Amino acid sequence: MEELKEELKGKIIEVLNLEDVAVADIDDSDALFGDGLGLDSIDALELIVLLDKEYGIKLSDPKQGKSIFESVNTMADYIAKNRTK
Amino acid sequence: MDSPLYISHYCKIEKGLISVDGNVVFHADEAPFSDFIKQAFKHQQLDYPKFYKMDNLSKLAFLAAEVLLRDEEDKEDIALVLVNKSGSLDTDVKHQESIQDAANFYPSPAVFVYTLANICGGEISIRHGMKSEQVFFVSDAFDATTIFNYATYLLASQKAKKVLCGWVELFEENYKAVLCLVERAGTKLHTINNINQLVKN
Repeated sequence: MEELKEELKGKIIEVLNLEDVAVADIDDSDALFGDGLGLDSIDALELIVLLDKEYGIKLSDPKQGKSIFESVNTMADYIAKNRTK
Repeated sequence: MDSPLYISHYCKIEKGLISVDGNVVFHADEAPFSDFIKQAFKHQQLDYPKFYKMDNLSKLAFLAAEVLLRDEEDKEDIALVLVNKSGSLDTDVKHQESIQDAANFYPSPAVFVYTLANICGGEISIRHGMKSEQVFFVSDAFDATTIFNYATYLLASQKAKKVLCGWVELFEENYKAVLCLVERAGTKLHTINNINQLVKN
């Protein structure tokens, strides 16, 4: 699980072009939206694409995103349980 | 028009070089555009993470506007008149490539939102809190008359207090931005000839 979290942080930084953020800057429990990394609605869509492209997970209900994308912890947990690749 | 209009300041970005009012403020001659514009952004010591998420056309227009507007006050009534040849083609191509292969179909929402040329005007407006008129023309050849007439109209009709106008062209590694701030004070007259000289030289 720790390996997945580190991998996930790297992918988030890469796909969201978080230029001044390093993997070490993101705590597993940091809020991704709001006061945490300050991501926006387009970033949320990019994270949905990331789940599909990298882990074969298609989110059928966008409302699920709010809890899944709460933090790296919640994302990694969801990926571990639902990944198809 | 009862009083003359002036180009109070202008910025040119081309071939790895940024100048303001004819004075070079940054250069990185050999770098590809993406490296050049990132270096230039950092050189300006700007804290604006959204910059890194923009497409290349928006980065070009944003930086040219930034060096002209960063010290301006009361920016709400500054209008924007932008023109280029390629529209958003540079980003359109990137988006098209992401949907080319049905077996690898992952269009990026962050790329897709920039498949309109006038988004770069939106980025400038958001950054500086501008709420005035905004227009983006796509024209095969540079036409100073269009820029001159539109900027003059906006100021004469009091739809704007100042107008940021000019050419912002980018496709792949070919790029050129020439933006002028037009207002009622300055030394260089706002004329078709002067706009032509700034953009074509």
